[in-house]
Amino acid sequence: MTGYIVRRILWGVLLLILVSALTFVLFRILPTADPARLRAGRNANSKVIAEIRVSLGLNRPLITQFWLYMKGLFLHFDLGYSYYTGASVRSLLFDRLPATLSLTLGAAFLWMVIGLPIGIVSALHRRSRMDRASMGAALVFVSAPEYWLGLIVLYLFAADIGQVRVFPGAGSYAGLTSDPTKWLTSLILPWLVLAAGFAAIYARVMRSSLIETMGQDYIRTARAKGLPERQVVLRHGVRAAITPILTIFALDVGVLLGGAVLVETVFDIPGIGRLNYDAITHADFPIIQGTVLLAALFIIVANILVDIAYAYLDPRVRYS
Amino acid sequence: MSAAGVPLLRVEDLRVSFSTEDGLVQAVDGVSFELDRGGTLGIVGESGSGKTVAALSVLGLTRTEGAQVSGRIRFEGRDLLELSDEDLRSLRGNEIAMVFQDPLSSLHPLFRVGAQIVEAIRAHRGVAKAQARARAVELLQLVGIPDPARRVHAYPHELSGGMRQRAMIAMALCNEPKLLIADEPTTALDVTVQAQILALLARLQRELSMAVVLVTHDLGVVADMAEQIAVMYAGRIVESASAEQIFGAPEHPYTWGLLRSIPTLDGPREELLEPIPGSPPSPIAPPPGCRFHPRCPYAQPEHARTDPALEPVPGRPGQRVACLLEPELRRRLWSALREGHTPEQASAAAGLPAPSIGSGLERALPAKETV
Repeated sequence: MTGYIVRRILWGVLLLILVSALTFVLFRILPTADPARLRAGRNANSKVIAEIRVSLGLNRPLITQFWLYMKGLFLHFDLGYSYYTGASVRSLLFDRLPATLSLTLGAAFLWMVIGLPIGIVSALHRRSRMDRASMGAALVFVSAPEYWLGLIVLYLFAADIGQVRVFPGAGSYAGLTSDPTKWLTSLILPWLVLAAGFAAIYARVMRSSLIETMGQDYIRTARAKGLPERQVVLRHGVRAAITPILTIFALDVGVLLGGAVLVETVFDIPGIGRLNYDAITHADFPIIQGTVLLAALFIIVANILVDIAYAYLDPRVRYS
Repeated sequence: MSAAGVPLLRVEDLRVSFSTEDGLVQAVDGVSFELDRGGTLGIVGESGSGKTVAALSVLGLTRTEGAQVSGRIRFEGRDLLELSDEDLRSLRGNEIAMVFQDPLSSLHPLFRVGAQIVEAIRAHRGVAKAQARARAVELLQLVGIPDPARRVHAYPHELSGGMRQRAMIAMALCNEPKLLIADEPTTALDVTVQAQILALLARLQRELSMAVVLVTHDLGVVADMAEQIAVMYAGRIVESASAEQIFGAPEHPYTWGLLRSIPTLDGPREELLEPIPGSPPSPIAPPPGCRFHPRCPYAQPEHARTDPALEPVPGRPGQRVACLLEPELRRRLWSALREGHTPEQASAAAGLPAPSIGSGLERALPAKETV
């Protein structure tokens, strides 16, 4: 087992190198704005732009730029400096990470707590009115675009512009350590919006997984043993049905930690997704590369955790 | 029948049906049987005969499938069909236990075997976990699993097929049931292991004075163990008798077919097996009259119009058969078959008119004149 984990980690490192190389190449090849020009601002003339190019190191051969970048990254964890603001990319990422963490983990908790019970109850009462209603609602929330849902929710409930002024509006995010109450209240709407689509998906997946599980022979055996129905459903049914859900959960959280761009933009939350979006508009390569690498890191780690967790949850997988 | 008074299990006119998209499936259509304390009943039939559904109904395991069940299932005098879910639950795994066909799919894949047995014990007995675990090891020993203290921590997929089935039997016996229902307990195992499991069941039955219902498609399986045998076809019992009577003097053409299709060790090697032609009827639309007549080599035209009831065989106490042929005629047919004649030869020898229906071949052969 340890050999397996070590191999997966090494493979993950290789993958990170490949991703950073690919990101580098993509952003040099794709036709985007010239970062030097953007940095130079409105009063730019070609001389200033050229000077900026040199200072940013953009005049060097691509290979050199790449080599310098990779060396800095893997030897010193130096992600470079923003072309636009000159700030250290690493410090920018660390500044923004807590907001993304708050958003993602809060939403993840909500969507599990809402989606799974609905899925379980729907599976046990198939074709009842409750089942049809919740699966119908799930379909709506799966289809609704996040930014649309976010804008609707702000329009309805935001303290500054909403019809029913309950929750703080966009841009009111405060850090957990600086203002806990504001942190909590400002995140409620974003949590709900981000969780809505996922809760819908997880309810549907839980429902179909449990329906399939409850048709298995070992459920019949559990009943034949005289176990109470609740134990049959929860300990025998849900336990077996939940394994695929936990694996997609780890992957979903991994992806979201790379930045929930749409929700962060609509609600003006200073997270990694927002950082990435702003960097793209400024063609700020170092930040783009930094956020992509961070997202890749989260996903790779999530993948490895999923593999380990699956072997732990399902003993049949262990010896392969 | 019963010398000791009230039989342990008495099933009366059991009918089980399911509504499906294609129509009403009458899986069990009027089945009655009895079993005494410590006795063994074999229920034999092809797939689709309703034998498994009948067995599941005893424990009420068809309730969750939306089955409509009617009739009476009396266990120690109480009608199980009238019991509440809670009362039925306290019987299951306790006084009545069940063993299923495929232990790999019937045991939970994510829990250790010992834990599953402990669960079964603690569902009905208020004992501490440690005590239950010790009992689980004892049970594994009882069913002949070597090194039980280590095996108790195994997952089902880590055990061989035979050991898994033994573990399932151990789980079923943990609360010393009065009745064990075994639904095809050996079908998923290879032949040598089958024999071991059957020997195990017989030994356990003697040691625990337990009644056993053995459901199987294989007459060979019930040959040694069963005292009484009920042969099921198309949701009904077509013949019910003691094991001696079934193997020595069977009365129903379907039973003859089953007996003749058993391969024997001492037959000539090139001898072809004699299957029963055709396949079981659809449970949604059974054939009119006698349900076996389309496959019966001795069927007569009127058999498509009259449905035979299960009736006692004259001169044979305890034997009942549902067949429209005359008893004398049946005896002559069976003697001929036993001497090695084919059904056609036996038919001719017994003086029957050539079959115009039956043998499942009416589509293959040109229609004959009815007499």
